[in-house]
Amino acid sequence: YAGRGRGRGQLSFSIEAVGIGKGENLPPSTVQPTQLFPPLEHKPVPLQTSEEAEYMLALKQEFRGAMKTLPFYIRPAAPKKDVERYSDKYQSTEPSDNTIEWTPENPVIPKESKKPRVNKEEIIRKLETLEKKEEEVSSDEEEGEKKKTEEEEAEGEEEYDEEEFEEETDYIMSYFDNGEEFGADSDDNMDEAIY
Amino acid sequence: MTAQEVRLCGLLLQEHFGEVVEKMGTELLRSGALNLRALAHQTSTPLDLVKKSLCVLVQHGMCVFGPGRRGPGGPVEYTANCERILYMLRYPRYIYTAKSLYGDTGELVIEEILQRGQMTMSCTVRTVADRLTHSMEDGQSMEYSEVITAFTRLVETHFLQRCPPVDSMGTAGKASSGSSDASAVPQPARPETHPDCYLIPQVHLTGRGKRRRSNEDGEAEEINAKKPRLENEVCGDEGIFWQVNFERFHLHFRHQSIISAVASKLDPTSSEIVRTMLRLSEVTTPANTAHTQALSANEIFRALPVSYNISRPILDQYLTLLVDDPMEFVSKTGDSGGGMYVVNLHRALANLARVTLESVVQERFGSRSARIFRLLLRKRHLEQKQVEDFAMIPAKEAKDMLYTLLSQNLVQLQEIPKTPDFAPSRTFYLYTVNQLPTARLLLHNCYKAVGNLIERRLFETKENRRLLEKSQRIEAILASLQGGGADAAQLSDVEEMITAPERQQLEALRHHINKLDSSENQVDETIFLLESYINSTQSSH
Repeated sequence: YAGRGRGRGQLSFSIEAVGIGKGENLPPSTVQPTQLFPPLEHKPVPLQTSEEAEYMLALKQEFRGAMKTLPFYIRPAAPKKDVERYSDKYQSTEPSDNTIEWTPENPVIPKESKKPRVNKEEIIRKLETLEKKEEEVSSDEEEGEKKKTEEEEAEGEEEYDEEEFEEETDYIMSYFDNGEEFGADSDDNMDEAIY
Repeated sequence: MTAQEVRLCGLLLQEHFGEVVEKMGTELLRSGALNLRALAHQTSTPLDLVKKSLCVLVQHGMCVFGPGRRGPGGPVEYTANCERILYMLRYPRYIYTAKSLYGDTGELVIEEILQRGQMTMSCTVRTVADRLTHSMEDGQSMEYSEVITAFTRLVETHFLQRCPPVDSMGTAGKASSGSSDASAVPQPARPETHPDCYLIPQVHLTGRGKRRRSNEDGEAEEINAKKPRLENEVCGDEGIFWQVNFERFHLHFRHQSIISAVASKLDPTSSEIVRTMLRLSEVTTPANTAHTQALSANEIFRALPVSYNISRPILDQYLTLLVDDPMEFVSKTGDSGGGMYVVNLHRALANLARVTLESVVQERFGSRSARIFRLLLRKRHLEQKQVEDFAMIPAKEAKDMLYTLLSQNLVQLQEIPKTPDFAPSRTFYLYTVNQLPTARLLLHNCYKAVGNLIERRLFETKENRRLLEKSQRIEAILASLQGGGADAAQLSDVEEMITAPERQQLEALRHHINKLDSSENQVDETIFLLESYINSTQSSH
């Protein structure tokens, strides 16, 4: 109902304005979704049955049939059977790959083989340089941090050093970033365990 | 691209290329541009199948590739073309049009090229000649030169065009930083920009179609006949591929619609005059303009077909009739040359779309609802009371109809406040119909309808698959028996393997499938009309 809050039962618009007269019976409200196939009030106009329509129908069906025989119709690989069955000998399997008949005459799609390798090498090189930089920075800071932590806390500190340099566990590395925040946080989080 | 369009594209791809290509196409449509590995990963499909599918899609112009997000050095990205995929619905119409313009030869040329996406001229000529020879009487065959003639005519009138050239990727490495054009990835340009787009290559192509040799092994011959002949002889047009120019066909369809509208509203002579005007301005009028270039009455008179032997003053009278008609097919834009006239393409399309919408309302909701709809289209905004009065329909029924139309979104309600506080008692509530969004709505419904038709047809086929297979097996047995010279008793024995109720069921199935297929064709006519109107409106504003 519209007009909630301004006194119960009052609407924010006058019913007359939208054309519902006083005391008029409104159609019953809908309590369920509409039927899947509701009855049609008006029957649809019958289809055209001209010669043109008939011919186009034939063209359509023939085209569909023809496409299924061409090498462009790609069938997925036959599913692997669980056990070799005796009847397999007598069943003809569908041609799993009839694209062998068709080699695209145009260089249809660009060659892709080189691309990923090039990218991988680049990425690996980049990562290596970044890692080296990280290690340099963090080892510098590490010395500064070490002095601080030795003064403030003794427990678990050596564990931490090893873990930071453990390159397999990336999680740890990123968790502590370059070690810059370690000193800053330790003052605030004295109660928390150090991982 | 709406969900219904994507669904329809998927169904069409599946019908013509199978479920693997469908999966790739649908994924590309949903995700936008994707590179090869992303596509393989997202669809969990082996790389070789992905590549084959992309080859098929690119071959048929339904997918393009270009430099990806990471620029020329990064992996190539593929984008599917929804509009082009939907054209598959219209293939029968393209083929039939080619037949009506250029006979059986033209029909087969277009059919072959549509089936294969792109073909060289020599390949097309050989294949079509063979097909035509096959349907001719024994001892006769089709000359290559005849097929070349039909092919040339199709190119001259721009129904066929060369595929835009795509440079090979073979030696390309990283893009040179110097020129911005030098991208390592080939970019297919618009075909019309290529200067040789409609240039027939010099070919050495003489001969006749070859008849399929009758063989005991009928099946193997079948497959060979379907393959295009890969002759060893070189013809001189290797690497020059041709594709169907869909836009040219669409122009033809639009003109046909306008001409037949004039014929049914006025008379055949008026439609011939309009046909002549359109023919004169075909090559000079770009795709989505609002009207043709201006033609003088003198020009039109000279270009009229010889069979229409009307005098000059009569022509002027017809032109005046066309100009004065409320549909405004033709307008007069000047007085030189005996009068300058244009065909109002956009207005004609808008009128055709309008009557389509009105017809839909009439067939779904009855003629009185249609009267209300037409009223609102003409009068733009009307209050409840005004609708009742103008349409001459009692208040209660008018209200009912308006609410039905409102619930179907065919009619909208607009509020015009008299006071700034939008108080309901002091606000006008006006009913209105806006043609463009309504056309879009109906177009969307059409896509959904075709999707439903296809799904129903697949369902019917699947339900009766056992029976269909049985019927096909029996047909095959009958054919081989007849070939082997069996007697009538044997044949009737085999025929009786299908029982009478089964025969009835097959007959009913065939009838249903034909109806569903035919419906698809006819809904596509509406789709084309609405799309044309919407495109024309969008480009003129």
